[in-house]
Amino acid sequence: MANDDIWILGINMTKFGKHPDKDVVDLASEAALAALADGGVTIKDMGILAAGNLMGAAAGIGQQLQKQIGQTGIPVFNVANACATGATALRTVIMAIKAGECDMGLAVGVEKLSGAGMLGAGFASAASDEWTPAGRYGAVSGFEGKLGTDMMPGVFAQVGMEYLHKHPYDGADFELFAGISAKNHFNSTMNPLAAIQKDMSVEQIMAEPMIAYPNTRAMCSANSDGAAAAVVVSGEKLRTLSKEQQKRAVKVSASILTSDPYQEACQILPDVNTLTRAAAKQAYELAGIGPEDLDLVELHDCFATAELVHYDNLMLCGEGNAVDFFLSGATTRDGKTPVNVSGGLESKGHPIAATGIANIWEICYHLRGEAGARQIEGAKVGLAHVIGLGSACGVHILEKSGL
Amino acid sequence: MAQQIPMVDYLVLGDSPHLVANECTDCGAKFFDRRNACASCGGTSFKKTDIATEGEIRSFTIVTAFIPGADNYVPVVVDLGGTSVRGQLINTPAEAANIALGQKVRLTTYSIGADTAGTEAINYGFEPVN
Repeated sequence: MANDDIWILGINMTKFGKHPDKDVVDLASEAALAALADGGVTIKDMGILAAGNLMGAAAGIGQQLQKQIGQTGIPVFNVANACATGATALRTVIMAIKAGECDMGLAVGVEKLSGAGMLGAGFASAASDEWTPAGRYGAVSGFEGKLGTDMMPGVFAQVGMEYLHKHPYDGADFELFAGISAKNHFNSTMNPLAAIQKDMSVEQIMAEPMIAYPNTRAMCSANSDGAAAAVVVSGEKLRTLSKEQQKRAVKVSASILTSDPYQEACQILPDVNTLTRAAAKQAYELAGIGPEDLDLVELHDCFATAELVHYDNLMLCGEGNAVDFFLSGATTRDGKTPVNVSGGLESKGHPIAATGIANIWEICYHLRGEAGARQIEGAKVGLAHVIGLGSACGVHILEKSGL
Repeated sequence: MAQQIPMVDYLVLGDSPHLVANECTDCGAKFFDRRNACASCGGTSFKKTDIATEGEIRSFTIVTAFIPGADNYVPVVVDLGGTSVRGQLINTPAEAANIALGQKVRLTTYSIGADTAGTEAINYGFEPVN
């Protein structure tokens, strides 16, 4: 292990789902303490803490967490980057270690979202009794239901449908997307930490209440409570730790964060494609690893319609071939490139700021050979992807320790 | 005739309702909202440009209304002569069987109601071209 390599030393995710008896600090503490224990270190070893809790971004979750697990005076970075908040916390710790500021750090993401309903809705109406233009569009009323939708199920439905316009598919679009969801719901039956563990057929998924065509309820990520945390260490420091710690450590071969570059239609429909492709390209180059080398991928299936486009954006298939790639069975557990063996956000749940670290936990779990019933045998390389609208994209490529 | 006000300031009413964009004079990028500088090239000079009123559906969804009594609605992304626009498909049933990617549509307007002064707010939508 080279001095300037970056490794995940310890990592943990809580069960995702409903935690009525725990607040965000309880959940963050649970994940943080477990990640430290997993790495065989303590809070006193940490040189930096980066933490995110999107819904409470102004509250300073990092310092709140320190009050429970150790106020050691280290620098704290409270980060917020939509659904990429967890990946941003991790990226922040990695940058600090790469910069030589410290040799070990802790990244934490936590959210309480149970019962939050649909996110992104804007039902603002005229504040006065007379139509009064307001805002950058000089609008006299809220856009929702008048000029499209800003609710996430509808936004991502359009993302998926746009792909099928660009790359026409002769079959039934509804059934196609339901099929992706069925794959992920099946995978969740092997993941006790998933919010929803229920095998659902394509027919059952299509019969669920329609939220935003073609996304039915089962095809939308579940609003959940949960936290995830990771301890990051430099290669130089890792060499001084025990053989057991070195063996279980997972190498971060690439850690990339991008934002959305200007595209013609990006003001109309968020472009989740260009920044994902850019992040993937940078990650593959940095890691010296190609998509064909990946043993498993956790990608941001906030909706079934999103998973399809990211097969293409992450270059798991040829450009324009995402539908054929899925229909070939390549993304099932037993396929060429298993995708979302955790059950994905559609069943595992999506506690926003936790998601970007939880996806990495899933990859580490397999690379360490500790994934039990859902172990992808012989997994050596994995990729974790998240996207937050606005937009921010995190891509991490992880490799098993050579020891 | 009662006073009218557009739903958004980029909708021009009158005999031939149409949309107008702020076009960057350096790179030609078009924006429907007020911009401090161009997101594409950083330029700070804009001119008003009329946008075509006919085009095709590039993407759509059908949002299930969850307010009791409200109707389902059909957000669409429409390509109007190379400029993407958001809006809703109207004057056709909100059912997947009635909507096709690539379908030709045209801009039309309708009232979303009058305020206490009697001013009607006019919104735009897209309807199928038969």
